Amino acid sequence: MQASLLSIAYLIGSVTFIIGLKMLSHPASARKGNLVAAAGMFLAIAGTIFLYEEGGEKLHNYGWIFSGLLIGTVIGVIAARKVKMTAMPEMVSMFNGMGGACAMLISIVEFNHLTHAPVAAMSGSNLAEIIAALITQATTGIHVGGKLLIILLGLIIGTVSFAGSVIAWGKLNGKVKDFAFKGQHIVNLTMLAVIVILATYLVVVINDSYTIVNENGRYISHGTIGVLPQITISFYVILALSIAYGVLFVMPIGGADMPVVISLLNSFTGVAAACGGFLYNNPVMLTGGILVGSAGTILTILMCKAMNRSLKNVLIGSFGGVKAGGAAKEQTGSYKEISLSDAAVVLRYANKVMIVPGYGLAVAQAQHVCHELEKILEEKGVEVKYAIHPVAGRMPGHMNVLLAEADVPYEKLEEMEQANGEMNTTDAVLVLGANDVVNPAAKHDPDSPIYGMPILEVENAKMVIVNKRSMKPGYAGIENELFFQPKTSMLFGDAKAVLQQLVAEVKIV
Amino acid sequence: MNAVLDFLQLHIEMVYIVILSIFLGIEVISRVPAVLHTPLMSGANAIHGVVIIGAIIVMGKAESDNYIALVLGFLAVILGTLNVVGGFVVTDRMLEMFSKKKK
Repeated sequence: MQASLLSIAYLIGSVTFIIGLKMLSHPASARKGNLVAAAGMFLAIAGTIFLYEEGGEKLHNYGWIFSGLLIGTVIGVIAARKVKMTAMPEMVSMFNGMGGACAMLISIVEFNHLTHAPVAAMSGSNLAEIIAALITQATTGIHVGGKLLIILLGLIIGTVSFAGSVIAWGKLNGKVKDFAFKGQHIVNLTMLAVIVILATYLVVVINDSYTIVNENGRYISHGTIGVLPQITISFYVILALSIAYGVLFVMPIGGADMPVVISLLNSFTGVAAACGGFLYNNPVMLTGGILVGSAGTILTILMCKAMNRSLKNVLIGSFGGVKAGGAAKEQTGSYKEISLSDAAVVLRYANKVMIVPGYGLAVAQAQHVCHELEKILEEKGVEVKYAIHPVAGRMPGHMNVLLAEADVPYEKLEEMEQANGEMNTTDAVLVLGANDVVNPAAKHDPDSPIYGMPILEVENAKMVIVNKRSMKPGYAGIENELFFQPKTSMLFGDAKAVLQQLVAEVKIV
Repeated sequence: MNAVLDFLQLHIEMVYIVILSIFLGIEVISRVPAVLHTPLMSGANAIHGVVIIGAIIVMGKAESDNYIALVLGFLAVILGTLNVVGGFVVTDRMLEMFSKKKK
């Protein structure tokens, strides 16, 4: 009875994940979809706690389980509520890392269990006891070699995802700098090869240690050797190498490529969770994990497409980054500055203004002032629209979230293609802390690291005002020739301060 | 090699689920507007927190004198909960902003 109730809970859980994910991919139903998936998750977790049975025995250690759940919930809710909208990508990466770490810890415990349990069974006082113990172990669907394989997969994937996500988190909030050295991809590949070889060795050795006999489809294992010290050592070497691999894998990737990596790590954690599904014969872990694994992969590819880059390019291209960075062409030339009052006049007397928000706006928390400026201009009869690059902000769609936070009406946001179509009827473009998404080099300079990435073609407008804090290159570390074009004027300063002053100026003129 | 084949044989239904889920995941996600990439990633992130069920099982099966398993399992439950709860709450916060502006 209990077992079948649990199966139903898992079934409902799996279905809500599918429905939730489906609803999440449409703007109108997204929020409900998130709630549907959350409800399914709650059901699956509650069902596991109260209904799970193994060999007729229920779970124990309820005190530990509930305090763990409580601590996690409190920290999770506080962290998720307090985090600033601009820091969202870091947070997503951090939570992803937690999931990876969870999979890693499960694998470690299950490995200890696997290597110690059979020996314990051997120490039974008589033959009948030993055989009884072995049969219990066998009928729960355990095959030592296969089980170890799954444990190792969960360990490796979960650990790489955990280590990678922590580094990604550090990079996004500026605590970790890009780091690459010559031949790094060779080191990485070697590490990966060693991990695979060690894992294979372990599976083979373990399998030989326990002869498996198949009787009427049931497995009975005869433990003979016990735990060899090299088994345990190899296991922890794999763990250490996986951490190192995760770190080195993400270290050199920087700039606009980070969201792609986070999405990729996200799908890794999904696969690690699915390994748990195999381990416990648990369908909801399996479907949940694999759904996220495949959806995450597709999402990763979609993001790459939005930037017109291949995944391989994102992952390997970064290794050339050191070289390309050093050889980047020094763009020189003269740029002209514009005063606040002149800028205000230009905006006030334009028929149509296009605002291009970038990460600079987001860091300065200037989205609210920006909305204010837009309202004032509208009152004075200026048509104002926002041109949103798909990867503006730190993640695709991040900018839409930020502007939504400031109540900017949905109709005012234009996607890149639509905005580009309107550029030549635009009188003035106001670029706020955006760099790479308006860099014309992406269109015509094959040497540029961002060559091929679709951009907002602001140079087609009659005039461009660029707000930046200084002439320093932006996130991708490349100069922007747009700033040196005759049409362009620079308006230096912190986005928030500048916008506040602009609002005041526009009110007067 | 036999181990792997036997394992497949024993879990063949699971393998079917895996393959179907892969196609389902791809089908469900393809053609999402870029606007939703971040919330969707975050929502998917919360769903893979289902790994917490494994943590609960590990914790619940641990013998009361097996301190390594207890401590690691306890940590795993905390981290898994963080992933699930944090993930869903953050996603909801993001999506709340989308719905607000439709008014």
